Amino acid sequence: MKKDIILAGVGGQGIISIASVIGYAALQEKMFLKQSEVHGMSQRGGDVMSNLRISHDEIASDLIPFGQADLIISVEPLESLRYLSYLSPTEGWLVTNITPFNNIPNYPDIEEVIAGINKIPRHIALDADKLAKEAGSAKSANIVILGAASPFLGLAFEKFQDAIRFIFRSKEESVIEKNLEALKLGRDFTDQNI
Amino acid sequence: MASKVAKMYDLKKKRFMKKFLFLLRHIHYTIMANKLLLLGDEAIALGALDAGLSGIYAYPGTPSTEITEYVQHSKTAKENNIHCTWSANEKTAMEAALGMSYAGKRAMVCMKHVGLNVAADPFINSAITGANGGLIVVSADDPSMHSSQNEQDSRFYGKFAMVPILEPSSQQEAYDMVHYGFDFSEKYQVPVLIRITTRMAHSRSGVVRSDCREQNTLHLPSDLRQFVLLPAIAKKRYNKLLETHRFFIEESENSPFNAYHDGPDKSLGILVAGIALNYLMENFPDRKIPYPLLKIGQYPMPRKLVEKLVGESREVLIVEDGYPMIEELIRGYIPGQKKIRGRFDGSIPRTGELNPNILAVALGLPDTQGLPVPDLMVGRPPQLCAGCPHIDSYKALNEVLEALPKGRVFSDIGCYTLGALKPYEAINSCVDMGASITMAKGAADAGFVPSVAVIGDSTFTHSGITGLLDAVNDKSPVTVIILDNATTAMTGGQDSAGTGRIEDICKGVGVEEAHIRVIRPLRKYHEENVTIIREELNYNGVSVIIPRRECIVTVDKRMREKFRQKQ
Repeated sequence: MKKDIILAGVGGQGIISIASVIGYAALQEKMFLKQSEVHGMSQRGGDVMSNLRISHDEIASDLIPFGQADLIISVEPLESLRYLSYLSPTEGWLVTNITPFNNIPNYPDIEEVIAGINKIPRHIALDADKLAKEAGSAKSANIVILGAASPFLGLAFEKFQDAIRFIFRSKEESVIEKNLEALKLGRDFTDQNI
Repeated sequence: MASKVAKMYDLKKKRFMKKFLFLLRHIHYTIMANKLLLLGDEAIALGALDAGLSGIYAYPGTPSTEITEYVQHSKTAKENNIHCTWSANEKTAMEAALGMSYAGKRAMVCMKHVGLNVAADPFINSAITGANGGLIVVSADDPSMHSSQNEQDSRFYGKFAMVPILEPSSQQEAYDMVHYGFDFSEKYQVPVLIRITTRMAHSRSGVVRSDCREQNTLHLPSDLRQFVLLPAIAKKRYNKLLETHRFFIEESENSPFNAYHDGPDKSLGILVAGIALNYLMENFPDRKIPYPLLKIGQYPMPRKLVEKLVGESREVLIVEDGYPMIEELIRGYIPGQKKIRGRFDGSIPRTGELNPNILAVALGLPDTQGLPVPDLMVGRPPQLCAGCPHIDSYKALNEVLEALPKGRVFSDIGCYTLGALKPYEAINSCVDMGASITMAKGAADAGFVPSVAVIGDSTFTHSGITGLLDAVNDKSPVTVIILDNATTAMTGGQDSAGTGRIEDICKGVGVEEAHIRVIRPLRKYHEENVTIIREELNYNGVSVIIPRRECIVTVDKRMREKFRQKQ
């Protein structure tokens, strides 16, 4: 099994946390992993992306070739469209938040952005911010998105639950519970809308 | 005869070791439990700690920062008293590392590529003095300029200084090369350059550790005049370096990081350097390359292996991240019989980072494409954080300068460089660390008054102080605004060398006390700040304005830490 994943968002939205959870789950399954991150200048409110590759066979490139990503996971709707050149046109899934992060003066009309997302042949679009609040933690929109993406990652759902317990192990139990709830709400959304 | 036999044995042993190490690594790769998931930067840091490092010296710079930070956060480093605080700049870092090497201990110095410009003087000369304790210089290049002002290739510096260069293709090699590099450095008494790129620095993969080694004991060089580069001694040392160079080439021919793999299809030979190997392999899912392949991870170039590749193949494709350095070397001035393909003939784009698709196109394999990005897409450039003190400083400065013709603000390298973008559009230059003050001075010397410099506190102590001294000595009419947020913000909030002492430094350099003005960059003091900036712009001499307020990100971090401790 091999999954090539593009993670997208705006600096500070927690895409590295998503990568850590998937990464931990993959390592527990004895998979190989390569993950390329963005540090430095781009983090200051700019667009950020990460290449995450997990595979049972050894991985060559740190970068995913164009048109070969199995999945784009985005915490922000406009950002979900920025890296479409990486998405496999025949098999790729796009999983994205629909709540915009508007920190630029020329942010396009959100209706048009959503229309752009709806044109993608295989996509899941959800209001992760709303579901995160329902889970009791407004900050966990990234984990909601991860939950929504979990059916496409080739790993059992429990593996992500275990990974969240591990990644957030230094936090209070209530934080872990809220993140597990966020994960589940995201998963349920996809299960009901696929 | 006996020596011939010994050499044969040596060669056989080396070959066996190479195969053995390869097998060992392969076995390791399948045992995931032993693996650590590390960034290339972290792999280098851990490699250094495991190889008996006594001190790491650096000034923060993307993408090299995490090397030093890893050592700073390491328990082992703390327990073993390994030096790891930040240096004022790359030059002081390089010199301190050379001093530690003189004292017999293993030292590493890390920087981003442009940092090596700053450290070039001690770096080039360290090849002449030679090293005593193992000395490794790590320079992190940034092809595609993800967060830099150029994409210069540090391998040219290594060649220039005539020191060996190591260039990893994987995080595992990055780790292994540190062990190897320190041993090499001590064997030949020469500094070793490790060259990485952003992708290697900031990509994570599995790394298996090897045995740990104790730190060296203090021991001085056997020749106490070795480091005295008076012409008479320097000439001898230089000749020694030249003599040793042929051993460096010999080592490259037999290096575990350089490998020749034969392939049945001789229509093409491929030479890949460093991380380019991965992009090549990505195009062959079975990992079998049909062409003869030479993988380079150690320089100077292994001449015999290159000759073999060129001799065996009808044409040669050269793939390297950064400048076409190897390509230029092999192509030469006079056209040879062989067709050489690479960045010069357009087989590979002349600039920018490599990727698997570039390799596919160069190899004539099908290129893959994703879905089109809709036309509505707009850029989302990085920007100053909400609540950043620089915003208030720029607002006040812009208001004062509104009355004057545009184009008089020379700036520098840091978060405040983002002031070039909308809505501030407040600065007119960003060249190199410290250039704000000296460029403002030069413009003022030309009669362009008032002339303003904007520089951060950390950049000021890195390379601004000497420029300020020049301005003071000439009584140049410049206004220097030192944005003091008490940190090195752009690279993630590292300690700043002059925190709490900026006024004292300015006084010490000779700026008149009446013209050192500290202001509070907050909206409520806006009018007051505008008045002060205006006063100093009107002063016909050197004045320094210090807008002082802690970086909003470090405040936030500190508050969160405090909250956590209270709980």
